[in-house]
Amino acid sequence: MRSSVIVFPGSNCDRDIAVALEKMQFKNQMVWHKETKLPKSDLIVLPGGFSYGDYLRSGAIAGKSLIIDEVIKEANAGCLILGICNGFQILTETGLLKGTLLRNKNLKFINKDVHVKVINNETKFSNKYKKNQILNINIAHNEGNYFTNSKHLDQLKKDNLIAFKYCNEDGKINESTNPNGSLESIAGIYNSKKNILGMMPHPERMVEEIVSNKDGINLFSSLLS
Amino acid sequence: MKFSVTVTLKKDVLDPQGKVVENTLMNMGMKDLRNIRQGKYFQIEVDENDQSLAEKKIDLMCKKLLVNLIIEDYKINKI
Amino acid sequence: MKITNKIIEKHGLKLEEYENIKRLLQREPNLLELGIFSAMWNEHCSYKSSRLHLKKLPTKGKQVIQGPGENAGVIDIGDDDAIIFKIESHNHPSYIEPYQGAATGVGGILRDVFTMGARPIALLNSIHFGSPDHPKTKSLLNGVVSGIGGYGNCIGIPTVAGETKFNATYNENILVNAMAVGHANKNKIFYSKAKGVNKSVVYVGSKTGRDGIHGASMASAEFDENSDEKKPTVQVGDPFTEKLLLEACLELMKDNSIISIQDMGAAGLTSSSVEMASKGGLGMELELDKVPCREENMTPYEMMLSESQERMLIILDDGKENSAKKIFEKWDLDFVIIGKTTNTKNLTLKFNNKIEGEIPINALASKAPVYDREWVKKKPTKEKINLKDLKKIKIEDALVKILSSPNHSNKSWITNQYDQSVMCDTIQKSGSDAAIIRIHNKDKAIAVSVDSSANYCKSNPILGGKQIVCENWRNLITVGAKPLAITNCLNFGNPENKEVMGEFTECLDGIKEACEFLNYPVVSGNVSFYNGTNKKNIFPTPVIGGVGLIKKLFKPLGHSFKKDKSKLILIGKTFGHLEQSCFLKENYSINKGMPPEINLLNEKNNGENLLKLIDKNLILSSHDVSNGGLLVTVSEMIFNSNYGAKLHKPKKLTSLCEYFFGEDQARYVVEIDENNYSKAEKILKDNNIYYEMIGNTQKDYLEIDGELKISTKDLFKVNNKWYNNY
Repeated sequence: MRSSVIVFPGSNCDRDIAVALEKMQFKNQMVWHKETKLPKSDLIVLPGGFSYGDYLRSGAIAGKSLIIDEVIKEANAGCLILGICNGFQILTETGLLKGTLLRNKNLKFINKDVHVKVINNETKFSNKYKKNQILNINIAHNEGNYFTNSKHLDQLKKDNLIAFKYCNEDGKINESTNPNGSLESIAGIYNSKKNILGMMPHPERMVEEIVSNKDGINLFSSLLS
Repeated sequence: MKFSVTVTLKKDVLDPQGKVVENTLMNMGMKDLRNIRQGKYFQIEVDENDQSLAEKKIDLMCKKLLVNLIIEDYKINKI
Repeated sequence: MKITNKIIEKHGLKLEEYENIKRLLQREPNLLELGIFSAMWNEHCSYKSSRLHLKKLPTKGKQVIQGPGENAGVIDIGDDDAIIFKIESHNHPSYIEPYQGAATGVGGILRDVFTMGARPIALLNSIHFGSPDHPKTKSLLNGVVSGIGGYGNCIGIPTVAGETKFNATYNENILVNAMAVGHANKNKIFYSKAKGVNKSVVYVGSKTGRDGIHGASMASAEFDENSDEKKPTVQVGDPFTEKLLLEACLELMKDNSIISIQDMGAAGLTSSSVEMASKGGLGMELELDKVPCREENMTPYEMMLSESQERMLIILDDGKENSAKKIFEKWDLDFVIIGKTTNTKNLTLKFNNKIEGEIPINALASKAPVYDREWVKKKPTKEKINLKDLKKIKIEDALVKILSSPNHSNKSWITNQYDQSVMCDTIQKSGSDAAIIRIHNKDKAIAVSVDSSANYCKSNPILGGKQIVCENWRNLITVGAKPLAITNCLNFGNPENKEVMGEFTECLDGIKEACEFLNYPVVSGNVSFYNGTNKKNIFPTPVIGGVGLIKKLFKPLGHSFKKDKSKLILIGKTFGHLEQSCFLKENYSINKGMPPEINLLNEKNNGENLLKLIDKNLILSSHDVSNGGLLVTVSEMIFNSNYGAKLHKPKKLTSLCEYFFGEDQARYVVEIDENNYSKAEKILKDNNIYYEMIGNTQKDYLEIDGELKISTKDLFKVNNKWYNNY
């Protein structure tokens, strides 16, 4: 499977996702934001980091970069798009995903391993996970507090577009298990065609036992299947 | 009484955000752009009918909390 | 402009120093030249009070590629890998504007490391605040922590370890020390020494503004009530631009374009150009009208003294200008040839085709003043503390008091604000004795730790100096790393005060002795004097940052208990030293007596043999015994594990408090699986290592026979309360 990782000035998880993709046998290419053409890809990844320093709003300026028009074109043609952390923020800024990511409710950057529950395990990104499987996965962000209007929220629920929700190790979801104040503890969502996934947690950080655990691996192996 | 407070970085202080926004707008073709400085805006309502007293109170709020006097300037306007 | 005494004083120069300048120039300097002298001759750049004493530190060893004197120290970790690292202070700017001060501190130390060709792989910090109930402490803590996080998180380098301490001595002068560690190919290291005449001198990075003009002078002056007025000189950090600069520099370093490179840190363009020329025995000519400026109408004086961040000076080889320029343009950074190297041995500054200043390089560098300041030895205190005179206290109450104190509370409130995992090579995060970072794509790792012991150093600088080196060494040992070398940040008060100068000299004696004995050389460092206000100096606070090597990576042990019913042993002898202990400080507010004795021979033997046990995979977890003593150490091993411990009462010491809270050195608590116990015991016996069985792990409770029983959950709660309620 061919993948492209878009590198913006200020991206800093680009190498991490590239390492994970290559480890999983993707044929990966890095694409600089000033390019106007994308290499032929089955998967496009918008990596984590602080594109343009998170200045103005997280993801806002990357959302106006040259390559983004190509990404939007590919997305509309059905190409798989994965936005992680800052990548998720860019996806909402471009409108490829609805809603927005507000500042964490405690107004602080949060880096820790949290638990998330796989809500929909029937997509291209999640078919190797079990339904309601609980993953232990790292988050690292300032603006991860997902918010959307009630109409869209209803659609997310009705069409099974919520990918992951924050929970505790037993899978319970409540105020205290929600690290950043996200609406309904949402940690990741799909677009209506389910070819675009945006998520705050970092699956690329969870592919090696010695570093952390392997809870992120099935996201990549789902894509390969 | 209602006031607005505009907080901007002092003249000689580096404004990384303003600079990046400026470059981006230029790259989007807005060539007439000279300069951008980013700031914060507050709308404040106080229970006080005397304008100069009210302004004094707002000024105190600015100095005590709203403004980082080390790197920021501010302007108070009645609205 | 006539140079008056007032102007000289405003530049932080003494009148006799000014006379010296006139002698070296054989004329009066103009204002620009005076500014340049003041920047180069202040304490921060010239090390004029410390240089004589720093010479005694051991800086060589098989593992050392580059010792002090460059942007950072370089050590060999085998294969083609080198580790480049340094620690630096940003104390004064952080007190004035905590967020920007701490952020630019991180940015500056990162540049020191990537200037030499390394990709930074880890950040550490040592931050010291005043008493928690001092009105400024809370906002300073918040600002510094967000500043460190803001910069490190944005640039994408994990902040993996550090220490946060509170002590009233820092009420008016906090300490913010940041350390950066980078990895490079040892055949591709870049130095600051200029070579060759007529080579292009290139300015890259951000534009120059009026930031921090006289910042380096500020760092070398005491605070007084008017220090608020010095505020406008604080620089603003731009981690985004630094990320671009980092990538652009590393891209340029792939080929052979660079002759030498130096970051513009303190005293900006002045110190970088002088340093490069001085090391190369050359001159340098700069055309200041070419310097990229952010503000209008900037004068040569302002350009030379600006401390705008995220800038570098590079000397390029002939014909490489265009290819280098392309790289910096790709990353949207300024790239301008602003001058050339010359054979005049002068720093020549032109503006609008007119020479505005000309100073012999050696007058700024090698002929800068060196002072042999007066100092006095610290008399060992005769104060003794008799436990019998103190109110009796229950072990449990004493333990709870220590674990819930600001200095011992769980620090996840802080560490959760730092991205510790980015780059995906963090094998062991903070909260352990040392962090472990894998060398990317390899099966080996380094361990890193920063440590300080201001109370010990205040009481007895020689013992204190030795103790921090040993503690730092132990912290690397417990995670299974072979300690290789250190960097130090020496935070002291006013060197013109002979007691302070005595503390400095004697701390260095202690550091030297321990480093020599442990073969643990100093490869880089920084001195920060004038910490204090209105003649009140801070406690002497040398901070040690150590790097060790793990040759073959293994799943980290961590210091939390792994199993039920495993055996616990204590390596090293317990004498029950309570003077200067946390026990007395937290429970009785007593801060008296001598720090614990250091026996370097035991230190070395105990550590090296623990390393053997780890290498042979015989232990489950280990933790060095430091502040707080044995019981605090065991409690820390309980946190984050699912197990408690059952401990025996001591056979010899009659006072339980001495046994459980004494701070004797060279000790470790080690958890061993029952099946491995006899093998481990044999190694320790064969090597004459003193150890004792102290108990075993168990479920749910920390227990001492008949004295104490507390649930691990309660213990954890006690430890987690303080920060969340502060």
